[in-house]
Amino acid sequence: MTTFRLNGRDVTVDVPDDTPLLWVIRDEVGLTGTKFGCGIGMCGACTIHIGGRATRSCVTPVSAAEGADITTIEGVDPEGNHPVQQAWRDIQVPQCGYCQSGQIMQAISLLKDYPSPTDEEIDAVMAGSLCRCMTYIRIREAIKKAAANARGDSSNG
Amino acid sequence: MADGNSFVTPVAGDGIVPGGATRSLRHESAAMHVQGSANYIDDLPEPRGTLHLVPGLSTRAHARILSMDLSAVRQAEGVVGVYTAADIPGDNQISPVGKGDEPLLASDLVSFYGQPLFVVAATTRGAARRAARLAQVEYEDLPAILDVAQARAAGSPMVWRPMEMKRGDALAGLAHAPRRLSGRITVGGQEHFYLEGQIALATPGEEGEMTVISSTQHPTETQHMIAHVLDRPANLITTEVRRMGGGFGGKETQANACACLAALVADRTGRAAKMRLDRDDDMTMTGKRHDFVIDYDVGFTDEGRILAVDMLLAARCGWSADLSGPVIDRALFHADNAYFYPDVRLRSEPLRTNTQSNTAYRGFGGPQGVVAAERVIEEVAFATGLDPLEVRLRNVYGTHDRNVTPYNMVVEDSISAELVPELARRCHYAARRAATRAFNAASPYLRRGIALTPVKFGISFTATHYNQAGALVHVYTDGSVQVNHGGTEMGQGLHTKMVQVAMREFGLGTDQVRITATTTGKVPNTSATAASSGADLNGMAVLDAVRRIKRRLVEFAAAHWNVGEDEVRFAPDGVHVGSKVIAFSHLTRQAYFARVSMSANGFYKTPKISWNGDTGQGRPFYYFAYGAACSEVVIDLLTGETRIERVDILHDAGQSLNPALDIGQIEGGFVQGAGWLTCEELVWDRNGRLRTHAPSTYKIPACSDRPRIFNVELLENTPNREHTIFRSKAVGEPPFVHGVSVFMAISDALASLDNYRTCPGLDAPATPEMILRTAERMRHGSVPA
Repeated sequence: MTTFRLNGRDVTVDVPDDTPLLWVIRDEVGLTGTKFGCGIGMCGACTIHIGGRATRSCVTPVSAAEGADITTIEGVDPEGNHPVQQAWRDIQVPQCGYCQSGQIMQAISLLKDYPSPTDEEIDAVMAGSLCRCMTYIRIREAIKKAAANARGDSSNG
Repeated sequence: MADGNSFVTPVAGDGIVPGGATRSLRHESAAMHVQGSANYIDDLPEPRGTLHLVPGLSTRAHARILSMDLSAVRQAEGVVGVYTAADIPGDNQISPVGKGDEPLLASDLVSFYGQPLFVVAATTRGAARRAARLAQVEYEDLPAILDVAQARAAGSPMVWRPMEMKRGDALAGLAHAPRRLSGRITVGGQEHFYLEGQIALATPGEEGEMTVISSTQHPTETQHMIAHVLDRPANLITTEVRRMGGGFGGKETQANACACLAALVADRTGRAAKMRLDRDDDMTMTGKRHDFVIDYDVGFTDEGRILAVDMLLAARCGWSADLSGPVIDRALFHADNAYFYPDVRLRSEPLRTNTQSNTAYRGFGGPQGVVAAERVIEEVAFATGLDPLEVRLRNVYGTHDRNVTPYNMVVEDSISAELVPELARRCHYAARRAATRAFNAASPYLRRGIALTPVKFGISFTATHYNQAGALVHVYTDGSVQVNHGGTEMGQGLHTKMVQVAMREFGLGTDQVRITATTTGKVPNTSATAASSGADLNGMAVLDAVRRIKRRLVEFAAAHWNVGEDEVRFAPDGVHVGSKVIAFSHLTRQAYFARVSMSANGFYKTPKISWNGDTGQGRPFYYFAYGAACSEVVIDLLTGETRIERVDILHDAGQSLNPALDIGQIEGGFVQGAGWLTCEELVWDRNGRLRTHAPSTYKIPACSDRPRIFNVELLENTPNREHTIFRSKAVGEPPFVHGVSVFMAISDALASLDNYRTCPGLDAPATPEMILRTAERMRHGSVPA
């Protein structure tokens, strides 16, 4: 039995300890916004937040999540209006969309560490999140827009 | 349309509803994409008792199967069944071109490493995966032919008839040309790496019915394949797809195996069955972009005018024909790129090898042909000492003369002669080229290079019968509209564009027009969403359906309100009937009571085209899409690394159906094309086992690989001269070719090593290793001992 908090609610699952968290979230809990891409933590499609840190759920055993505070794409904003989600819509980032929940989770985490990220910081943090539609140009633009919006929001009080 | 949408074009008072066709409108799934609520097949609820399937793959490239002991697989925990070729009720055959050379499951002969031999069905995916490893297969190895060189040496058969295109007398032209040179370039393949891998979910119904939700670009073909494998008529099989997590050509035929295996197990067990390939299995099993070895011979003048070209394009096709025939043909169709060859002969060798069966990939062989054309230009430029851009301009197609292709089609719409200099002007090519020379003279290890390359891409399926499409549009009594068509959505925004066509015609907003999943149950006998043709073909079919309904509504309104039919008009503020404006929903309700049909199917077939591959005559393409790209790179001679510093693209989308989506296609296509020619490398070991079968070993471009500066513009005021949907042009594949400019810029940087005297002869992909090898060769070639 493993118990953790998922998007603000307590969840207890009874699965083998080495089950990847990705499958617990998708198959046991039924939240399918987090995607399977490669299964070896190399593409970023399965990115979630554990304790606020971007984490590849496909290579994280469920046992490592005991007592953790986990957020998935479904939990970042009840209306889908997190500044990063807004910027993603405004800049029209997604094409096929499959990798985008992972991209967004990585970007939210990036902006926590670098509220005004440079191109180099964006490259360094986002390079592990692959997009085959190659929406990288707009990902960079959207991250900058989200950062600007967030700064605007805070300065406006 | 939407708030904060930076791409919205202001309404110019021309009566087009905001977001209607030719206006920007965000992707129909954008809001769902960013919330994780857009469902892909693996996200759908599974029917009760769904079985999970994993294929058992061969571990030999070429071998006879002496025995296959699956008893341990069957006995493994959670396994419900194991199925082989012997369990297939119909044809064990999924050749998409009717060649009969592609068994779904191998029974006696293994033709490549990773070929499916059997399929395990278990209660969980994990159980199926573990069980599949327990098979005991005894092989008798046969000689394996892995690449073009081995295929030629062994006299390996062709998977398709080789093609010869010729006009004039290339050999005489070469013999009489004042200058002549020849060479060879190898061009690598490419893994699709769609982020959503191959997947299908099959659910059995009554009396042999089967519904298969499949991540396929070609639902009709998938339907037919399942019907053949199960020995059923097509009317019992329905295939459906709402959206794919990327396709890029990799799901045009390669989706069929999973769909057929899922249907087979569902049929045998009576339970729903889902096959979602593991990434490694996906990359090991499925075909990729063809790699080529291209030999060229060119005759030219001191002024850089090409007089004659002779080319032989040999491709590694893999173990079966798949789409290799038309792919290799299209390489020939594009081996001229935008250039007129007065005397020309182009020949192909589609060679069979014991590797994955190579298949469609964005550009469908065209990009490989273009690389060859651009190498020829480069060779002529270095030989004559001219700027390659000058050589390009001296050889681009004319509009009144010098306008016949090697396949004898007259190019009526060439704009390269204007578009290429225009981009050169906008991106300050000449000054920046001079700056790279100055920089390189003073920089021992970092070298800059710049190249500006055009693209001319033929639009239409070269298989003429594929150029047809259907649509089904329903208007409900409340005035809401449902649009369905034969095309599939893989991220390119096709569904958005189809919604926009209906919005513009009816004057309705996005909330009133709904697109639904593509299904063979609504629109039958469709073509693959491929060849960049999705919007061209289906857009016209949607338009046809919408206009049929409009005609009935106009007729009704005119009679009902006693006005002339020409006084009824659909506008953003409502339906104008004489002097009054009524809500669309009011009209539809009245029309319903008057018993007017508000559902219609639409149909379209591309006019003017015809092609005979045997005679090499006809007009295979309805029109051409044009563009040009200028890339500047810096290479590091110590590490071999490349950085793309700046890219400028000017692209012809005709009267774009949706500028925001089209620019996205150009951005993505360019980076994907650049990835193909730089960092993406497929490696097979001597046993024919693909060693680059995961993102850990196969490198697609990442965020950090995109250009530092990236300017993309759509060519202004260039409606398609042909009567396409709202005069737009296809935009899926042509921008992929812009990546060639990066490859040519790397070559330009390398050329600095001997002060631009010789063509570096760079092969693709220009990985760091390839760049270092080429630099080494240039140093030793140019420095006297």
